[in-house]
Amino acid sequence: MYDMKALYEATSVEDAIRLLTEHPDAKIIAGGSDVLIKMREGKLAGAELVSIYKIDALRGISMDPDGTIRIRPLTSFSHITRDPIIQQHINVLGEAVDMVGGPQIRNIGTIGGNTCNGVTSADSASTLHAYDAIMVIQGPDGVREKPIREFYLSAGKVDLRHNEVLTAILIRKESYEGFQGHYIKYAMRNAMDIATLGCSVNCKLSEDRKTILDARIAYGVAGPVPMRAPSAEAAAKGQPVCPETVEAFAKAALNDVNPRTSWRASKEFRMNLVEQLAKRALKEAIRLNGGEI
Amino acid sequence: MQTALVKCTINGVPTETVVDVRASLTDMLRNDYRLTSVKKGCEVGECGACNVLIDGECFNSCIYLAVWADGKNIQTVEGLLGPNGELSDIQQAFIDEAAVQCGFCTPGFLMTAVEILESKKLYTRDELRKLLSGHLCRCTGYENILNAVEKTMKRRLGIPVE
Amino acid sequence: MVVGKSVKRVDAFDKVTGRARYTDDMADRSAYIVKILHSTIAHGYVKSIDKTEAEKIDGVIYIATCFDVPNLPFPTAGHPWSTDPHHQDIADRLLLNRHVRYYGDDIAAVVARDEVTATRAVRALKVEYEELPFVLDPIQSMQDGAPQLHEEFQNNILAHTRLSDGNYAEAITEEGLIRIEGWYRTPTVQHCHIENHICFASAESGKITVVSSTQIPHIVRRVVGQALGIPWGNVRLIKPYIGGGFGNKQDALYEPLCAYLCTKVGGRLVKLDVSREETFVSNRVRHAIQFHLISWLRKDGSIVARKAECFSNQGAYASHGHGIAAKGGGAIRQLYPTPNFECDMYTVYTNTPASGAMRGYGIPQAMFALESHTDDIAKQLGIEPIEYRRKYMMPVGYFDPFSKNVNYFDSLNQCIEKGKAYIDWDNKRKAYANQTGDIRRGVGMAIFWYNTAVWPISLESCSCRMVLNQDGTLQLQLGETEIGQGADTAFSQMAADAVGVPFEAVHIISTQDTDITPFGTGAYASRQTYVAGFAIKQTADILREKILAYAHKLYRMPVALIDLIGGNIIRKSDGQVLGTLGELATEALYSLTDSIHLTAESTYQIKSNAYSLGCCFAEVEVDIPLCKAKLLKIINVHDCGTLINPALAEAQVHGGMSMGIGYGLSEQLLFDERTGRPLNNNLLDYKLSTMMDHPDLKTEFVENPEPTSAYGTKALGEPPATPCAPAIRNAILQATGVAINQIPMNPHVLFARFREEGLL
Repeated sequence: MYDMKALYEATSVEDAIRLLTEHPDAKIIAGGSDVLIKMREGKLAGAELVSIYKIDALRGISMDPDGTIRIRPLTSFSHITRDPIIQQHINVLGEAVDMVGGPQIRNIGTIGGNTCNGVTSADSASTLHAYDAIMVIQGPDGVREKPIREFYLSAGKVDLRHNEVLTAILIRKESYEGFQGHYIKYAMRNAMDIATLGCSVNCKLSEDRKTILDARIAYGVAGPVPMRAPSAEAAAKGQPVCPETVEAFAKAALNDVNPRTSWRASKEFRMNLVEQLAKRALKEAIRLNGGEI
Repeated sequence: MQTALVKCTINGVPTETVVDVRASLTDMLRNDYRLTSVKKGCEVGECGACNVLIDGECFNSCIYLAVWADGKNIQTVEGLLGPNGELSDIQQAFIDEAAVQCGFCTPGFLMTAVEILESKKLYTRDELRKLLSGHLCRCTGYENILNAVEKTMKRRLGIPVE
Repeated sequence: MVVGKSVKRVDAFDKVTGRARYTDDMADRSAYIVKILHSTIAHGYVKSIDKTEAEKIDGVIYIATCFDVPNLPFPTAGHPWSTDPHHQDIADRLLLNRHVRYYGDDIAAVVARDEVTATRAVRALKVEYEELPFVLDPIQSMQDGAPQLHEEFQNNILAHTRLSDGNYAEAITEEGLIRIEGWYRTPTVQHCHIENHICFASAESGKITVVSSTQIPHIVRRVVGQALGIPWGNVRLIKPYIGGGFGNKQDALYEPLCAYLCTKVGGRLVKLDVSREETFVSNRVRHAIQFHLISWLRKDGSIVARKAECFSNQGAYASHGHGIAAKGGGAIRQLYPTPNFECDMYTVYTNTPASGAMRGYGIPQAMFALESHTDDIAKQLGIEPIEYRRKYMMPVGYFDPFSKNVNYFDSLNQCIEKGKAYIDWDNKRKAYANQTGDIRRGVGMAIFWYNTAVWPISLESCSCRMVLNQDGTLQLQLGETEIGQGADTAFSQMAADAVGVPFEAVHIISTQDTDITPFGTGAYASRQTYVAGFAIKQTADILREKILAYAHKLYRMPVALIDLIGGNIIRKSDGQVLGTLGELATEALYSLTDSIHLTAESTYQIKSNAYSLGCCFAEVEVDIPLCKAKLLKIINVHDCGTLINPALAEAQVHGGMSMGIGYGLSEQLLFDERTGRPLNNNLLDYKLSTMMDHPDLKTEFVENPEPTSAYGTKALGEPPATPCAPAIRNAILQATGVAINQIPMNPHVLFARFREEGLL
């Protein structure tokens, strides 16, 4: 039995916005794998909840006419992994969310919840960063869009006002077309764990597979929020596909990150991983693009 | 107390339950239906002992609100027995492979195994490890549980089992 | 005969159908719920607890604080009681404690109508503390001026004992000796049985009935009596199926508090269901032990002298206390006999959770230290590690004068042979000898020493009852408990053979009820199959004698000429079946001239002990840049004597290996140095292995029938968890050349060590 004050079940996005407006202290609950645990811990004890779990309109993945991939926020991790659009165009996202927790968590956990709780270790967040995802947010005054890099404000805090609901995550065609990516989750266990460091890299190669036309890299847990590593990207862009480029790319990433020491891992250890994972993820991304290294 | 009416199917039987909105699905299944195969091991979705099938997919019922079960089809271990009380193949395999020790994680594992078997796919041993990795067990080292699931999968697919 | 056969578990059907009833499944919904307020400081005194706000909450029934409970210190360890006051467990606990000794200590408890109300009321209690300095490390805790936990134990030393053979000081003066020294550190870990401890209590007929998830019902009954200051017979303890124990439930946990609170609410039903977070901190943990080993060797590797120091972290309360360090010290002394040996064992209180029994009871710790040290010696002397062990390990015929144990067989060598073959030792040692590069492999091994049951340190006795039914089947009852290991099945197998009935004719009563069940101390010390064997055989003999005496009356055959085999009364001379036991039992019960209910009951006191030996071999792949050791292959080989049920024995070894792997690679309960607060007391942050963290677990056995044992069997429950961590450590040593003297060998530790050694 959870210590909650009240539960309001929203039937539509508009209904959710109305309920949130009426109950200024209420929190949104999507799948609950985060909110209910906090409630059990006592952090959210006695809270009012607005449940959006039953809004089926917020589930599923589709492609807009312009090729934009539209991921609705209540889509569970397991459904993302199994989705043919994802598999065809951004397979790395499906692979990344397939590393969240374990199978049951991947059935209840949603990509919207994973991003809106603002946690740096979220397995979906680094890949969404690396693909320049756009967050679509609906509030009482209408709909607004926000690049994911600006959506994250600080640890645990995102640009989502109290009575706003995330309604879609968009990946534009130019963001995924021609790119192949790879995600490495470094954790202490191979399942049921949160990332010590997450690293998502994708790149686009020249037709002869000898030159990196574009490379993008994003980390989780390398700072208070998921982050891109622009120095690394610059070090690889336009460079030949060779071990030296990979080394330079990985070394440059160290300039962009700012991991902290906690009981979970020291800064030094995370810095070591920042470099090592960048190398391995880029190599694999090149390989997936048909490059040889 | 805030309550809600939950209409759902539990082990094939349509039910209507007035639940406290604060209840988890574990609470509802254990307390209202005495389906005590649904075990409480952590109540935060980490151990898998409370796992049940909802519309054919596995969920830790401890972090699933009972009110969300409205309109769903729920299966627990109690629903696995045949009409004359005969064991399902996967239950028998757990017995034959000595995959049961203290038995506390067993029902949760069985329900994930059911989801795997229902997919009618052939998985490698490593894939099965991943599919079963949402359950913790301290008695078996997982070895015989994995064997039981693997052998049952192969038998169902008509693949010889050594 | 059914002993030796892999029959299916007697409880398997109920467990795969969800019908097996565990404590919470038996509790009535009407139960009041108890929630405990735990301290949020590591050391100090509770100055006051303000109940005003909590009492205002609708549904709160009763609040007990540390100022309310009786001042009756009680012991909690699941040891047989000793009538000798000097051998009694230390009584240093109260139901709730005003002197707070660790972060998580119990200081108040709320009884409420439901869980949410109880939790809210706990949160509404306002506590004022007088804080004191605290200490988390046993060596620091022993220093003068360190914070004192218990007045009567100076320098926080709960116990210090010394083992001494020969003359260490003199022996080390021999010219040309090589000195090898090492510090080896083992972590605080927790049992992590999937069912948390839970109990409920109610009063009826002037007695308190407690239903509890425990391994030791008869012992807990006594402790509840002691804690409440009531006659022990006024307590009835019932143990249903339990979801694992591994030693944590070999302690009186919250049964005394639950029983006490029941008396405070007019004997109404109260349930105390411990959360996972509480289980990690406020139950028991494994003793973290630091070992300091110094060996003095000749060039051939012979151990001229050895000194060992063990500093065992007891935590805040005595629980099982010094028994753990003492057992570890004994193992170090015996596994590699040394003429000149000194071992100082210290068990020291600190401001951390109380350490108690956990699978292996000091031996996983000691084996990590000793078997790591042994590989260090072999490496430094340039001797192949198995060759080194074969030369200096406990020889056949070794006799321990204290336990009177004899190493009857060449078990260690026989086990090593099987392990070597599976892991392909000789080829792989060669193949992995000179590696470079980021990813390297290695193979390693470790042997282990264990003994069976607790004699002669403590009482060993077992009682058994057999009651014949009209159809020739029988009920079997023992005080020894099923905790998942398969005890009920093994007992049933032994009883079937001993009485002479088919396996199916034995109905074991799994539940212990101290009002009904014969006395037995329960599941610990890998004792049950060994000790129950004697009691089952003896009781079966009594029952058989009665059955055959009745058969004599029925069939007019001299008792010496008839037998009971497979449920039939037979004439020995030609095997002729004279009648079935069912016919006899029906006649015996319903006879109008000679009616008797055939039953038997007896107690067997055991005054022997037995070595249980074996080894583990492991192969690892180390990713140096990522600081990860991946286990590729692992095998445990055991000589636990005759196997009663090979399939269940194998399954039990799997579980122990899994625990050993976690101990070696990932598990550790962490505390904040600044506050003493536990950091990772949940199953997400505490890294218990998942199914993806193991390779296949391979198990083999060597079966030398144990001469002292009724069925040739001896310890198997705990030993599997003891050799895995050092075997993995020694494999990492071969792979990388880096000795890791601290477990768990997780990426953090490997990162630090690889940097020190210049690999990164």
